[in-house]
Amino acid sequence: MLVHSRKAKWAVWALFLLLFLPLFALPLLVVLGASFATNWSSVLPSGPTTANYEAATRGEALQALTTSLVTALTASLLALAAGTWAALAAAALKRRSRKVMDALFVLPVAVPSVVVGLAILVAFSQPPVLLNGTRWIVIIAHTVLVTAFAYQSVSAAITRLDPAYEQAAASLGAGPAQVLWRVKLPLLLPSLTAAAGLCFALSMGELSATMMLYPPDWTPLPVLIHASTDRGALFTGSAIAVVLMAATLLVLLAVSRIRTRASYR
Amino acid sequence: MGIRFDAVTVAYDGNVVLDALDLTVAPGEVMALLGPSGSGKTTALRAVAGFVRPASGRVFLGDRDVTDLPPHRRGIGMVVQQYALFPHLRVEDNVAFGLKARKVPKAEIRTRVAEALEMTGMGAYARRHPRELSGGQQQRVAIARALAIRPGVLLLDEPLSALDAQLRSGMLAELARLHRELPDVSILYVTHDQMEALTLADRIAVMDKARLQACGTPRELYRAPANAFTASFVGNANLLPVTVGASGAALGTAELKIDTSGAAPGASATLCVRPHLVGLGDGPNRLTGTVTEIQWRGATHRLYVDVDGHRVMADLPELRTPPAHGESVTLHFASEDAVLLPAGVGDHG
Repeated sequence: MLVHSRKAKWAVWALFLLLFLPLFALPLLVVLGASFATNWSSVLPSGPTTANYEAATRGEALQALTTSLVTALTASLLALAAGTWAALAAAALKRRSRKVMDALFVLPVAVPSVVVGLAILVAFSQPPVLLNGTRWIVIIAHTVLVTAFAYQSVSAAITRLDPAYEQAAASLGAGPAQVLWRVKLPLLLPSLTAAAGLCFALSMGELSATMMLYPPDWTPLPVLIHASTDRGALFTGSAIAVVLMAATLLVLLAVSRIRTRASYR
Repeated sequence: MGIRFDAVTVAYDGNVVLDALDLTVAPGEVMALLGPSGSGKTTALRAVAGFVRPASGRVFLGDRDVTDLPPHRRGIGMVVQQYALFPHLRVEDNVAFGLKARKVPKAEIRTRVAEALEMTGMGAYARRHPRELSGGQQQRVAIARALAIRPGVLLLDEPLSALDAQLRSGMLAELARLHRELPDVSILYVTHDQMEALTLADRIAVMDKARLQACGTPRELYRAPANAFTASFVGNANLLPVTVGASGAALGTAELKIDTSGAAPGASATLCVRPHLVGLGDGPNRLTGTVTEIQWRGATHRLYVDVDGHRVMADLPELRTPPAHGESVTLHFASEDAVLLPAGVGDHG
């Protein structure tokens, strides 16, 4: 919608801020405020302190941060590989089989993540594949949950890819593998990094399935935040939440820098 | 290396888009596939490249049957309308792509890339990315990329249609020069533009409705088209329905003295006369009618004249005193400039 008059422009901005601030910005600001507080009994938090952050960047919390980063990184890379592979395979299928693939990969998103977590717990708690109690069960659960997003965004990018590039490469003598590695994947790189970023962010915030699966020596940050708030340590929890937010945003920022370098047009 | 289509039929979902094409392109020949969109000309080219699989028939490159060969084993150079340069590679890497795929030694790649870029006049742009080049420059790089692999056959799919008119005639001359420098390369040139086909091709294959309509040298097709479609698609043409008489033909009440050999007296036929061969004023084979439209085109005047309900076009050298709208005029043409076509065959008006 094009808005021309100056008054109308202001009105649109006002409406935007009215909707945006309370829904998106304020809750985050409240967490930020709480993370520096020792007490919040009136309108504003009081007793400014950095002790919450000292707690949030040491010992247990620091280990949880590493756990979260390693989990999210591994899960998003695995998801990216599996999702891209599946999307490339689906693109080569006939329409009906492709529909089946699409449906299969939507499944982990459509099913509540609690159910996915439970399913993985039940499946991997007994031999032959006994993963319960190891970090791998958490990583696998995250991978399953985020692969759908990788598949969907890469699939969308593949449909947009002009087949003329592949055909030009083939006519120049490049076999299917060379076409894939030297033409298709480089052209898909911007979408691949976007998908990786999305997967990473989702994995960093995953709680519901993780709650059921995490072993004591592999506690990701969201679980720790939940535990702190559960025992009433709201301000420490807030500080950990801010750390989680900052770590995620930093990684996404780094990924988006790769992306701008990789976009050609 | 020559190209041979042997009864090649291509169908998508039972829809025939190329119907039993028989066509031979001699080694070193430039063959234009000329036709409107949907005529099957691009499908024919893609069958040579290996991107469509014929439902029946065979495609030969030289003596080799390539019908079942995947595109990357055919060794064909191809240039398409939208260039399809790899946006993530520099110009030199685009040109080197086919050589690397063939595992040509590094030192040789360097000399052949330089050679191909030199040939297309793009030597100074080797380090650029495609997005930094104009359309014409991208087209030259695409041609250099196709030529670098030294193909025996070059397929050009509407290579100039994305360029503006001025650039197009320049590139046309450039393509003609390239072909003189590479006389052994057979070129299959798909286009809907008759000027490109007439200028560049040794022979033209006219396609319409999935079928080959006519094939011959530009001069043959222009002077003596085999059917009305060819006549109207290769150059402009006045196509007039006539009745064959004993020593000529009749258009309404006008008696025309033309060669009618091969047509039975009393039969219906189509008379083809090129607009620029029609003259104004009295002469042999007179046609009288009223002027319905006059277009001034700089060097020429184009007259549209209504003769007994048939529209006759005449391209005349610029007239000092052009006839007025609605004025009655007499046109004429020489007997040897008229061609009698069988009526109805491939008649698209």
